[in-house]
Amino acid sequence: MARDPDDIDAVPLRHPWRWVIAVLLLLAFAGVAVSLWQNDNVNHPTINEFIFDRRILDGVVLTLVLTVVSMVVSTVLAVLLAVMRLSNNPVMNALSWLYVWAFRGTPLLIQIVFWGYLGLLYAQITLGIPFTDFSLFSVDTNTLIPAFVAGLLALTLNQAAYSAEIVRAGMLSVDEGQYEAAYSVGMSPTFTLFKVVLPQAMRVIIPPMGNETISMLKNTSLLSVIAVLEVYTVATQISSQNLRQVELLVVVSCWYLFLTSVLSIPQYYLERHYGRGNARTLPPTPLGRVWAVLRPTPRPTTPRADAP
Amino acid sequence: MTDTRVTTAVPTASVSAPLLSARKVRKSFGGVEVLKGISLEVAAGQVMCLLGPSGSGKSTFLRCINHLERIDGGRISVDGELIGYAARHGRIFEMNRREVAKQRGGIGMVFQRFNLFPHMTALENITAAPIGVRGLAKPAALARGRELLDRVGLADLAQSYPAQLSGGQQQRVAIARALAMDPKLLLFDEPTSALDPELVGDVLDVMRALAADGMTMVVVTHEIGFARGAADEVVFMDGGVVVESGPPASVLDHPQNPRTKAFLDSVM
Repeated sequence: MARDPDDIDAVPLRHPWRWVIAVLLLLAFAGVAVSLWQNDNVNHPTINEFIFDRRILDGVVLTLVLTVVSMVVSTVLAVLLAVMRLSNNPVMNALSWLYVWAFRGTPLLIQIVFWGYLGLLYAQITLGIPFTDFSLFSVDTNTLIPAFVAGLLALTLNQAAYSAEIVRAGMLSVDEGQYEAAYSVGMSPTFTLFKVVLPQAMRVIIPPMGNETISMLKNTSLLSVIAVLEVYTVATQISSQNLRQVELLVVVSCWYLFLTSVLSIPQYYLERHYGRGNARTLPPTPLGRVWAVLRPTPRPTTPRADAP
Repeated sequence: MTDTRVTTAVPTASVSAPLLSARKVRKSFGGVEVLKGISLEVAAGQVMCLLGPSGSGKSTFLRCINHLERIDGGRISVDGELIGYAARHGRIFEMNRREVAKQRGGIGMVFQRFNLFPHMTALENITAAPIGVRGLAKPAALARGRELLDRVGLADLAQSYPAQLSGGQQQRVAIARALAMDPKLLLFDEPTSALDPELVGDVLDVMRALAADGMTMVVVTHEIGFARGAADEVVFMDGGVVVESGPPASVLDHPQNPRTKAFLDSVM
């Protein structure tokens, strides 16, 4: 580029302290990493032995199943609770509030143990009409609700309380004019909810729900108290036999880190999907970026459709 | 004071009956009466412009016509059907949500802030209700949607999202969206107030074309020029009552009421 004599030719500003701090931090990090790696109390072959152990892998699968099922079911419940909370019916309103109050106000650990011990509260579970002798069926509680189901119930019902507030916030973020526009073209309230309000609310709902999903993945480890065979329970069972507690904790930590990384991928694509129409042009996907480097063709720029 | 019951005499549709008829419509918000008995009629194919200072109740009255607001007294009927009420077995029942939704489908509305659905393309905005509410087949709805976009001069922007369109273009999509339900009556709530001055003309052109095609329209506006050129009748409202009404030439050029005169002096 041609230099103009009027352009300033200056010495750029130097940042020596940035370099000093960066070097110090890297040294400290390397020190910690090396001391962990060379610690004689950690037996590396044990980690290698168990990281792909059959039992651990089964535990990983169960952890993932618990996370996905409880998140999906709790989200459906959450939408229901949020709609109840925003409805004009005072009974629905109060019940929704009560639900959130109860399930958010008690520790998850206690809820898990409670569902695990449900048999102590109700020996039999009966489906019938309340306050009458009529019953459709009756089963033993411990048969109907084994540990896995109890764990799933605890996680789902607790999560629904948190997600309900997230969904409600999302619905409140949608402009009042959207309801009016939907009603003015003859849409019913239900149609408006599913086609107009929720798709827009999703943009606000998804980032915190991604957070909740990652929380949920880690909270599944609490199910060890009712002996659900998810990955942490399996690891503690193994370490109670071989007394390699630290190694097995490293094994499960690696798996949790891997799973949380994997779970943030769908969040990225969901955000893109529900962000459509909001950003004027969406940034390319990671795959799209790789593609652009491999085949550098000039991107056609979409002109702003302003000109009449 | 507010008697919400209506008498059993239901006006029946006939050739001579007005398309829109409002009689003594009253509406209060929190004890403040904003409509104090509005009575007016619009014949099929006519354009009525509602003028008046802000807070005069024009927009509220417009929203009552398609039951976005529930009236406290009086009655509104469109094409012989009471708004919000249905006659069955000689008695009058308040409509349920489904019936209200169906009735609204026959009355189009265009808003000041456009209120397009931001997560849908221009074409999807137009076809959502015909497909989802009327059950029109998708190919037919898309063809009709494109035809409507062409009619408002936006044929090549079918796949654009509202955020990619200028205000004037968004408002024209909103008009096409209202037209897609084949309404008997179109309501405009200050359709050009939120637009940059240079974009107002395109929207007004579309509205003039609709008026020329015989669409029945009620337009709340501050565009005196539009009212003069396109309206069959101009109604001046202030303080929740109709102060003066008549053909544009008489109301706009020879206002009789001092309040009308003062308002027109301030906007022209």
